[in-house]
Amino acid sequence: MTTVATDAVMDYDEAMTKFDPVMGLEVHVELHTATKMFCGCPTEFGAEPNSQVCPVCLGLPGALPVVNEKAVESAIRIGLALNCEIAEWCRFARKNYFYPDMPKNFQTSQYDEPIAFEGHLDVELEDGSVYRVEIERAHMEEDTGKSLHIGGATGRIHGADHSLVDYNRAGIPLIEIVTKPMVGAGERAPEVAKAYVSALRELLRALDVSDVKMEQGSMRCDANVSLRPRVGDPLDQAQLAVPLGTRTETKNVNSLRSVERAVRYEISRHAAILDGGGSILQETRHWHEDTGITTSGRVKSDAEDYRYFPEPDLVPVAPTRETVETLRGTLPEPPGLRRKRLQSDWGYSDLEMRDVVNAGAVELIEETVAAGASAGAAKKWWLGEPSRRANAEGQDIVTYAAGLGLTPAHIAELDGLVAAGRLNDSMARQVLDGVLAGEGTPTAVADARGLELVQDDGALEAAVDKVIEANPDLAAKIRDGKVAAAGALIGQVMKEMKGQADAGKARELILAKLQ
Amino acid sequence: MTDLPTDLTRATAADLAGALASGAISSVEVTQAHLDRIAAVDGQVHSYLHVDEAGALAQARAIDDRRQAGETLGALAGVPIAVKDVMTTKGLPTTCGSRILEGWIPPYDATVVSKLREAGLPILGKTNMDEFAMGSSTEHSAYGPSHNPWDLARIPGGSGGGSSSVLASFQAPLATGTDTGGSIRQPAAVTATVGTKPTYGGVSRYGLVALASSLDQAGPCGRTVLDTALLHAVMGGHDPMDSTSIDAPVPPVVEAARAASVKGMRIGVVKELGGEGYQPGVRARFDESVALLEELGAEVVEVSCPNFEYALAAYYLILPSEASSNLAKFDAMRYGMRVLPEGVDAPSAEQVMAATRDAGFGPEVKRRIILGTYALSSGYYDAYYGSAQKVRALIAQDFDNAYAQVDVLVSPTAPTTAFKLGDKLEDPMAMYLNDIATIPANLAGVPGMSIPSGLADEDGLPAGIQMLAPATKDDRLYSVGAALEAALVDRWGGPILDRAPVLGAAAAKGA
Repeated sequence: MTTVATDAVMDYDEAMTKFDPVMGLEVHVELHTATKMFCGCPTEFGAEPNSQVCPVCLGLPGALPVVNEKAVESAIRIGLALNCEIAEWCRFARKNYFYPDMPKNFQTSQYDEPIAFEGHLDVELEDGSVYRVEIERAHMEEDTGKSLHIGGATGRIHGADHSLVDYNRAGIPLIEIVTKPMVGAGERAPEVAKAYVSALRELLRALDVSDVKMEQGSMRCDANVSLRPRVGDPLDQAQLAVPLGTRTETKNVNSLRSVERAVRYEISRHAAILDGGGSILQETRHWHEDTGITTSGRVKSDAEDYRYFPEPDLVPVAPTRETVETLRGTLPEPPGLRRKRLQSDWGYSDLEMRDVVNAGAVELIEETVAAGASAGAAKKWWLGEPSRRANAEGQDIVTYAAGLGLTPAHIAELDGLVAAGRLNDSMARQVLDGVLAGEGTPTAVADARGLELVQDDGALEAAVDKVIEANPDLAAKIRDGKVAAAGALIGQVMKEMKGQADAGKARELILAKLQ
Repeated sequence: MTDLPTDLTRATAADLAGALASGAISSVEVTQAHLDRIAAVDGQVHSYLHVDEAGALAQARAIDDRRQAGETLGALAGVPIAVKDVMTTKGLPTTCGSRILEGWIPPYDATVVSKLREAGLPILGKTNMDEFAMGSSTEHSAYGPSHNPWDLARIPGGSGGGSSSVLASFQAPLATGTDTGGSIRQPAAVTATVGTKPTYGGVSRYGLVALASSLDQAGPCGRTVLDTALLHAVMGGHDPMDSTSIDAPVPPVVEAARAASVKGMRIGVVKELGGEGYQPGVRARFDESVALLEELGAEVVEVSCPNFEYALAAYYLILPSEASSNLAKFDAMRYGMRVLPEGVDAPSAEQVMAATRDAGFGPEVKRRIILGTYALSSGYYDAYYGSAQKVRALIAQDFDNAYAQVDVLVSPTAPTTAFKLGDKLEDPMAMYLNDIATIPANLAGVPGMSIPSGLADEDGLPAGIQMLAPATKDDRLYSVGAALEAALVDRWGGPILDRAPVLGAAAAKGA
């Protein structure tokens, strides 16, 4: 690990007494279309380097782009979901700059004619309050290849011995979503940033347009931060009227937690510089996940000249209003509203719902309930052992369950077996273990393992009689009305029955005999 | 059927196609005859950058076999062709006349090349051109200029001087070209051959190494209007790989060439193209051709296109702008030349790019990259690229107004006959002025054709007449071109190329 001169930072709370933060977030989303933006190459993540390439995405002489219609549809749907206007006519543009992982040495992007513009996304914060993020634009472009720098200590180009380039990613469709300056968040700026990226991710997932895996780079966030002097409360007119300060752009902040930390760090760093009478250098910053700091990247001036001009190899994109309305009809229920509806349907408390959301189990529970389980049981089973194991594996529950073949139908079946009195809870847990071990469906596992509550009332009654006889003191307490004492007797009955009894029935019998 | 000449290289493509279809000759015979001709004369003309003898004969043999097996083949099956080196050819070098692509073997065929292969035309080789099609003389080829078969000390036109000189020296009956500002038409004019720039989008650009994407258009080159039409029909048509390709059938060019009629047509002489700066002999041949068209039954009027005056200026902003971006991909990272900077230990990628581009690009290419980079720079964009686009719209408007009055426009193709090699090399403006009459069609995307109008009195060298038609009405060029060609050949008493000097061993003997 190289040592990096650490910048001075000001305590966050102190910074907030002196400065008002303003943010702008740029989020790049890779669409999960089957093919790339301008050619027919597959987009699958993790393939052998340079195996998903063709003359077009390698930028070979003579090759020409053709727009992926699916990607345009996804872009329009994203725009609509962000409450944007959709352009009636727009063009691609070439953004010219040299970089080895960019095959044509220009990126086919959009410049002053984005497909979607002027929208907003309402973001719910932890305390239930809502912050409206104004969206400036969402535009279409292509991803670049990936450079791998070999021989250096940091994996960055500086100090590297040589570099390798993988063009599999080159040409994958990207949507860049740019916010307007986010003002008025005050000390909650880092939380707002995180909540926005989180809400955006949830929205994109609901739209089914992207894998939105920040760790794999299919969703990447650049955070612009600037400070201006604090003159009042964040939403005071006087405060809002203060001109914006110089911004820095922190690149590739690739987890929700990092978004919050990076914004917070930059606020503290800017505050220290400004408070010391210094000025902020307009530059890009690199975020270091491990140390939680940013370091200087390249200096970026407003005069950086990409020599944009309309892409002459492509024809304009002009979606008809009918197409736009048809696509609007395919939009999912907004995630926030959907969550509220499901919470009310399922009767969960706010805390329970948050657990479910945080576990990423909303869809699993929805499908499980649809398959016949009760909402309570669905939550109990999914958030139990499967969640624990997924966490231990560092996977999300959906991926983990899919990998093991555990389905909502299985959970519903398990719940059905309990409800029908065939299994009790502890037996059901064993059955779930079997399902997770790949032994088959819950019924098959129960059959194979011989797990079944004894339904023979004669055997149960005999066990109850035996236990009452052996515990005269407890029996007397129950006769005196101390019903809670029944628990101890039930436990012994279960032991007597080797666990294969219905505890509810045992309780009924004990109470009937002693009252 | 017309009797074929003993020397198969003197036959038209149409006659060769007829003889091949009837079984009178084989494709191997025709192809071999041309390979022999290349061996005999290309040392003098230098039309080809690469000759694919084995490949051409293999394709010829395959076509002969298929014909023997009774397959129905395309109209030009078995007729060999030369391909401009700007088109990618799988397995065959493609250099675009540049050092930077020396040794590059493309892994794919341009759509035009695929169509040629599917239609059964054996590819003889790749023809010389100005580097990345930037020039009007082939003198900007990194591999040396081609020579005009009418006078080897003169230019064969450019950028497609390889293709024009191939035709004029009978080294192939057909050739492909690309025309960004006149690169098919001007070479045709100065070599007494025929060339068409189709409507923009009429022929796929996929696999054409781009010069200026919004201006580039591939097209057919031949020695007769009918031959050119037959090739146009093979090359043209919609290509889903080219977003700017027109989704419509190829206009009925062959039918038009066969009908060869101008009766009842209104033909407009463009007032702004043909005055000052045009060589007297070029103007005289043009005026005679116009008079002939009138005799053939066309109504001739003069029309004005006032904005054509600004075409050259707009063109030399739009072209370098697009070219500066199109040529950015030549960076030594994935293909082509790779030069390490001298005296630099462990050079960075950027340093290798810079050294390679410095060594790999010629002076004209560098000039245009610098021009274009400047024109697109922020702060200059509106004044240069933006204004040029406005001029472009005005020129399109001029064409619209003109076509509201006439069916076809005519002008001399180039202001002069072929100049001497070296004469204009040091004066880019003089070189650029060669394309003054051809550039408006590229800016507006309309089709144009050049056919020989005769020899200028003062130097005995070929002059050309250009026909221009509205977008997608390429067939009108062939109606007018074929009618005029027939009348002119009649007047000349035979094809004009019969008057060109003899080349090769025969010439050496005669000397």
